[in-house]
Amino acid sequence: MVELSVRIGSLTLRNPVMPASGCFSHEFGQVFDLDRLGALVTKSVTPKLRKGNAIPRVAEVSHGMLNSIGIPSKGIAHFVREVVPLYASYSSPLVASVSADTVAEFADAAAALSVPGVAAIEANISCPNLEADGRAFAMMPDTTHAAVAAIRQRTALPVWAKLTPNTGDIKAVAIAAERAGADAVVVANTILGMSINVTTFRPTLGNVMGGLSGPAIKPIALRLVFQCAEVVSIPVIGCGGISTGEDVVEFMLAGATAVQVGTASFIHADAMVRIVDELRAFCATRGVDRVADLVHKARVEHEPIEW
Amino acid sequence: MSIAQPMRTPADFPVADARCTVRSNRAVNGRYRHLVLEAPPPLCRAAPGQFFHLLCPPASGDDPFLRRPMSVYRIAPAKQAIEFLYNVVGAGTRSLARLAAGDAMSVMGPLGVGFTIGPTYRHILMVARGVGLATMAPVVPWARRRGIRVSAALSARSRADLMEREFTQGEDVRVYPVFDQDGSSDVEQVESLLRAILAEDRPDAMFTCGSNRLMTLLQKLGLEYGVPGEIALEQQMACALGVCLCCVRPIRIGGAIVHKRVCCEGPVFDLQQVAGTWRHG
Repeated sequence: MVELSVRIGSLTLRNPVMPASGCFSHEFGQVFDLDRLGALVTKSVTPKLRKGNAIPRVAEVSHGMLNSIGIPSKGIAHFVREVVPLYASYSSPLVASVSADTVAEFADAAAALSVPGVAAIEANISCPNLEADGRAFAMMPDTTHAAVAAIRQRTALPVWAKLTPNTGDIKAVAIAAERAGADAVVVANTILGMSINVTTFRPTLGNVMGGLSGPAIKPIALRLVFQCAEVVSIPVIGCGGISTGEDVVEFMLAGATAVQVGTASFIHADAMVRIVDELRAFCATRGVDRVADLVHKARVEHEPIEW
Repeated sequence: MSIAQPMRTPADFPVADARCTVRSNRAVNGRYRHLVLEAPPPLCRAAPGQFFHLLCPPASGDDPFLRRPMSVYRIAPAKQAIEFLYNVVGAGTRSLARLAAGDAMSVMGPLGVGFTIGPTYRHILMVARGVGLATMAPVVPWARRRGIRVSAALSARSRADLMEREFTQGEDVRVYPVFDQDGSSDVEQVESLLRAILAEDRPDAMFTCGSNRLMTLLQKLGLEYGVPGEIALEQQMACALGVCLCCVRPIRIGGAIVHKRVCCEGPVFDLQQVAGTWRHG
């Protein structure tokens, strides 16, 4: 019997596998039992009503996809009233992802989302579609600190900061999030990219640029997790291209306490359930009693070269 | 640690991701192919207008990453089969074309909202073009079983491309074929044809799919003659379950334009509610 539960601050998850924001909603409950998951992370909601971006909103690339959905949002009140109750019959903790244009809006939104039924708040300070050229709060340590600190002051719930791989200094950004009071960092969001149809000469996405996800980005996300886990003592939640149980093992060895699965669920809706089963089987085979024992256990020491 | 979980039954999970075996995969004519899959009972519950999300296996240089949504052409629960008609246009359909009898593939569904036939309908008019015939075809036996007369304006590049037999499936259908080859599929000519049908033998409803030109024309005629209609829309999809919000189309609800997800709020919509045309990615 393998113990799969992990702790993210004050929250205990029944296993380390949860959906990535934007790649999950209650509709998956038509395919599998959502209580098989460690947590349920909703798509980012914003205080402002948003229609989302022009279509096409998705394009496939080698071993991955580009998306530029643009966070369509019906607002915080709608989320609290209509979306939170959809998960009332599930026992997996509900994590509400929030995004906003300003620090003040982030703080107000976090306060408004702190309602019964919501177990944690994920601050999406990294979505590359919101601002020009993909710039976002998590590009810089100071703006990361400002956003997370403001959210921290307005909610008693655990706060997870979702970082962007598009920053040049992920360690400094992760440290800023920790110092501002984040209970965990989610590493990371999609990588800004684009593609062009050579028949029509048009960019494949209506928004021209979008976020790259899927197995194509896994080594980059793994590297970012490894770098963050070296410098923060709060849990790191890995995210980027995970589609098998062995991918989860890799992320945990790199320093992740839990993981998020996104794009893989678009290929197989029940991918997360299979990933949990594969992770359990891996641990059983390797004689790992507690999955948490894998965290940060990558053996990075190398044999000295004999001259 | 263990947390008590409520009991959930198979009825709680109406959508299945199943491994299906290819029974046959043959060319229908120079353009279109017919794929027959052996499918477990949950998939055979599909209704006309619903679709399946096909994971096209990698083959000779094509490795389509995302699934491909494809409307179901024929549902045969007694034979445990679901069938598709398709046109080879890209990596997904190229890989489908290479499937041979006995091969397996992952199929998720049934998905989406299909066509609705009102209880008082006596006569319906179907207007379809190209491979759109496949989406509309399941309505034919469904309507005929209810004693509803079916008229169909079928549009194709040429007579050789027209899948009239595939569409009618042996049912009594009054078919009005039109072709690019002789100009009879021009929108003005189709308009005259439909006006003649509407004037002489007014249908209770019109059904169409997949073409901006036909949609715009039917919206106009529907309003003019007071005939309701439904249209099956196409859109690029990733998840096909309503999660990713990729496949939205502008839909007119009351006075407002809202984005609806083609995968789960469609693919079939009220004809008059579809706002604006679209371009394919």
